[in-house]
Amino acid sequence: MNVLDFAGAFFGDGAHWHGYDGIPQRLLEHVQYSLLALGLAALIGLPVGLVTGHTGRGGNALALVATAARALPSFGLLVLIVIMMGFGLLPVMIPLVILAVPPILVTTYEAVRSVDPAPVDAARGMGMREGRILLQVELPVALPLILSGLRSAAIQIVSTATIAAYVSLGGLGRYIVDGLYQRDYEKVVGGATLVAVLALVTLALFWAAGRLAVSPGVRRR
Amino acid sequence: MNGFFDIPSDLQNTWAGLIGLHLREALLPVLAGLVLALPLAQLCVRFRWLYPPVLGVTTVLYAVPSLAFFVVLIDYTGQTELTVMIPLAVYSLVVLVPAIVDGVRSVPQETLAAATAMGFGPVRRYVQVQLPIAVPALVAGLRVAVVSSISLVSVGALIGNQGALGNLLAAAQKYDRPELAANSVLTTALLAIACDAALVGLRALLTPWMPRGGRGRRPAVMAK
Repeated sequence: MNVLDFAGAFFGDGAHWHGYDGIPQRLLEHVQYSLLALGLAALIGLPVGLVTGHTGRGGNALALVATAARALPSFGLLVLIVIMMGFGLLPVMIPLVILAVPPILVTTYEAVRSVDPAPVDAARGMGMREGRILLQVELPVALPLILSGLRSAAIQIVSTATIAAYVSLGGLGRYIVDGLYQRDYEKVVGGATLVAVLALVTLALFWAAGRLAVSPGVRRR
Repeated sequence: MNGFFDIPSDLQNTWAGLIGLHLREALLPVLAGLVLALPLAQLCVRFRWLYPPVLGVTTVLYAVPSLAFFVVLIDYTGQTELTVMIPLAVYSLVVLVPAIVDGVRSVPQETLAAATAMGFGPVRRYVQVQLPIAVPALVAGLRVAVVSSISLVSVGALIGNQGALGNLLAAAQKYDRPELAANSVLTTALLAIACDAALVGLRALLTPWMPRGGRGRRPAVMAK
């Protein structure tokens, strides 16, 4: 039996397609965790990155925070928080958000910093206020890079959200953790395949979002 | 905190021993990934059409959760260190290939032409011109690979105590000693930060022509 046989056996089994442990239900849970974590991380990372990038101050402090956050091991953090706080959704969200904030924060900062200063100066010369310069000049130009930061954060969240299953929550990690303890490799391979497919779908969605949101003038360069 | 460094005897290791094991399990895969990434990246630079498919395949591999990767490998390599190290090498490869490709591509054409005109062969030009100029991008990739590798070793605790410092997490749950989990998280984080700082120092050593204290890619224009 190789990996492809395992995957075939998993997806071929009708029992895996309905019920509370069925693929649609687990997929939905996984998407919910991922969206929630990405939303929270973006809520922290985007404003801070945009403002520090615009003013150009605090870059070193930002790099320090990002390095420290990256250094924290997601799995270890999860176990530690669960031991201290008990089970629940919050102990899973904390490591996921800590995982996702650094790429969003650092790329957003770098993206706004590296915007060509000429249009920014032109906007300022035309009497635009700083807030409007940030939102109407710098943000559209920096958007492709900002999206790439969000994309890599999203991919990491989708892959790491599997640890939710280790603390008794659902999601696609359920198949991987249960499969590990039941010595059921079909489940493990099936779960891993689903996570990889979900990551590819995420990539495709970000590509589509880039096509829709990035202005043609910026894209051409 | 009492008993912070009091490692349960069933781990059969000291705190320092766990650190050594953790570093070996984390850094050897990055080294392996680097050794594989250099020729692969060179192929991608040489044959441009190869780069998008390589990126696609590596992205899919990167999306496979580490735990699933470990469990599937148990069938082939058993519950050993190797089972932890192979996925980490793959993840490192995924991070390093784009970093090296971008770094090598960023070498200006004039520089390459000048090297050729001075009589550099392709191999010497690669080693003495392209690679040194690509060092900042390469080190940036290495930093991400090393830090995530150090963080992921802990997950190996789930497949038969192959997680080095991560094994403390399992022990913390088994003996209800939260301070062991805190020890694991803090030590892992400090290891990651120390390795990260070492790589930043290495970059400064390898690129003496770069301005000091800058963030690498861009000369420090922000200084008034």
